[in-house]
Amino acid sequence: MITFRSVSKAYGEGAARTTALHPLDLDISAGEVFGIIGHSGAGKSTLIRLINGIERASGGSLVVDGEDVTTLDDDRLRALRRRIGMIFQHFNLLSSKTVAANVAFPLRLAGGLDRAAIDARVAALLERVGLSAHAGKYPSQLSGGQKQRVGIARALACDPKVLLCDEATSALDPQTTASVLHLLAELNRELGLTIVLITHEMDVVRRVCDRVAVLDAGRLVESGAVADVFLHPRHATTRRFVLESEHVDEGERGEDLARADGRIVRLTFRGEATYAPLLGRVARASGVDFNILSGRIDRIKDTPYGQLTLAFSGGDVDAALRELGAADVTVEVVR
Amino acid sequence: MDDALFANVDWQEIAQATLDTLLMLGGSLAASVLLGLPLGVLLFLTGRRQLLEQRAVHLALSFLVNVLRSVPFIILLIVMIPFTVTLVGTSLGVAGAIPPLVIGTAPFFARLVETALREVDRGILEACQAMGATTRQVVTGALLPEALPGIVAGITVTAIALVSYTAMAGVIGAGGLGDLAVRFGYQRFQTDVMVVTVALLLVLVQVLQMVGDRIVAKVSRR
Repeated sequence: MITFRSVSKAYGEGAARTTALHPLDLDISAGEVFGIIGHSGAGKSTLIRLINGIERASGGSLVVDGEDVTTLDDDRLRALRRRIGMIFQHFNLLSSKTVAANVAFPLRLAGGLDRAAIDARVAALLERVGLSAHAGKYPSQLSGGQKQRVGIARALACDPKVLLCDEATSALDPQTTASVLHLLAELNRELGLTIVLITHEMDVVRRVCDRVAVLDAGRLVESGAVADVFLHPRHATTRRFVLESEHVDEGERGEDLARADGRIVRLTFRGEATYAPLLGRVARASGVDFNILSGRIDRIKDTPYGQLTLAFSGGDVDAALRELGAADVTVEVVR
Repeated sequence: MDDALFANVDWQEIAQATLDTLLMLGGSLAASVLLGLPLGVLLFLTGRRQLLEQRAVHLALSFLVNVLRSVPFIILLIVMIPFTVTLVGTSLGVAGAIPPLVIGTAPFFARLVETALREVDRGILEACQAMGATTRQVVTGALLPEALPGIVAGITVTAIALVSYTAMAGVIGAGGLGDLAVRFGYQRFQTDVMVVTVALLLVLVQVLQMVGDRIVAKVSRR
């Protein structure tokens, strides 16, 4: 659906030229939720704006829904933008228009629909995002979560194939974030909508994304299925994001491990393995004792997973690790 | 009647002067808005990092506005006389006053419009772009409606500035309340005429400000 080939972006000219994005390749498939995570200044806002041509690439080719954004003229680009919805961190609703008029706005811009058809479409969209009762209100009368729902309804008005989310939940509280992410996942499932979202929170990626790319200082440093990247981060930036999301301090964790005796291993369970009473069985069979140093059991999108850091002592530790490995558990020896 | 409170006041003349002031004000305000609004929008759009960024055009417009705004209005009144005669056939009366009033205030109003437009959240313009809006659609659909409270406040300020300009226009024989105040109140020491005209001007300014504020409150949704 979206293909980046050596796409780069620089601002300014001559000596003042600064590179926002180094040449990067990226493929986003139709129907997936793709997350781009990075710290502020990493270039993620620029990257997402290249997709609908609000920022023009300095080099490379970027094909969206069969058209190369980098070579489109203004008319064709506007036509493409109508097939790409976008929502924003600060919602960017028109404060002078009612909720219904905000949602109707892109339909009026596109033309081709009469008033009755627009009204019907707006009513359906507001129903979809659960805001039918607020159609006549102005944005200033709504809560943050409600405003973002209006933003989503507006972005969906022209039946886009792609939805771009620019830090869509960063201005919302945790509970509202969860409900907005839930809505996005629902839209992805039910409408087959391709979603590209940028964020600086690993938690957002973990909850809704299928795949993720990590951006650091304008470079794509790691990408892949969320579970792979999240459970086995390779790049330092990715590791930092994972630790941040687990609210773990790297220094403190090191001290905890230093104090523990025996062999320290990290076990990662995924899917069904998460529910099996595996650890106790293995411990009994091999005669090892285990001490849980840290752990987390959670979900990545719809897949349950568990990650435990254990200290094994006594008995046949190697046999225990072999048996765990055979049972579809990823074993990493830490020390 | 000589010992009456307003001995020198010719009420019929006051009525005529009030009407003249209102006509000058209405005519020049309407023309200033019609001229200043597009000028202000153009100043904004051609500015740095805006939709129609055009450095040369922006600098040229900005310079023209600054030139017109730096000429003292009293000088503009006189300099404009030949132009006014060719435009409306006379340099006297209400009709003769309107061209210099418009040239004096339209650039001022254009700056107020530009400032009001700059107050509009950039994110809203970006959202419009992302929806595939043309520049014209952004201006009429988002920019002007979002800036409406600021623009209405600008019209109010411009209208009140025009009230004092109409008084100066008396110099070129425009008539009106200000003219009456100068000719009778100042030059003939008829203090009562002065008091009555100034009181009427005060009422006019008060009413303009009040009506302006009411409309701003009505169109504000933020």
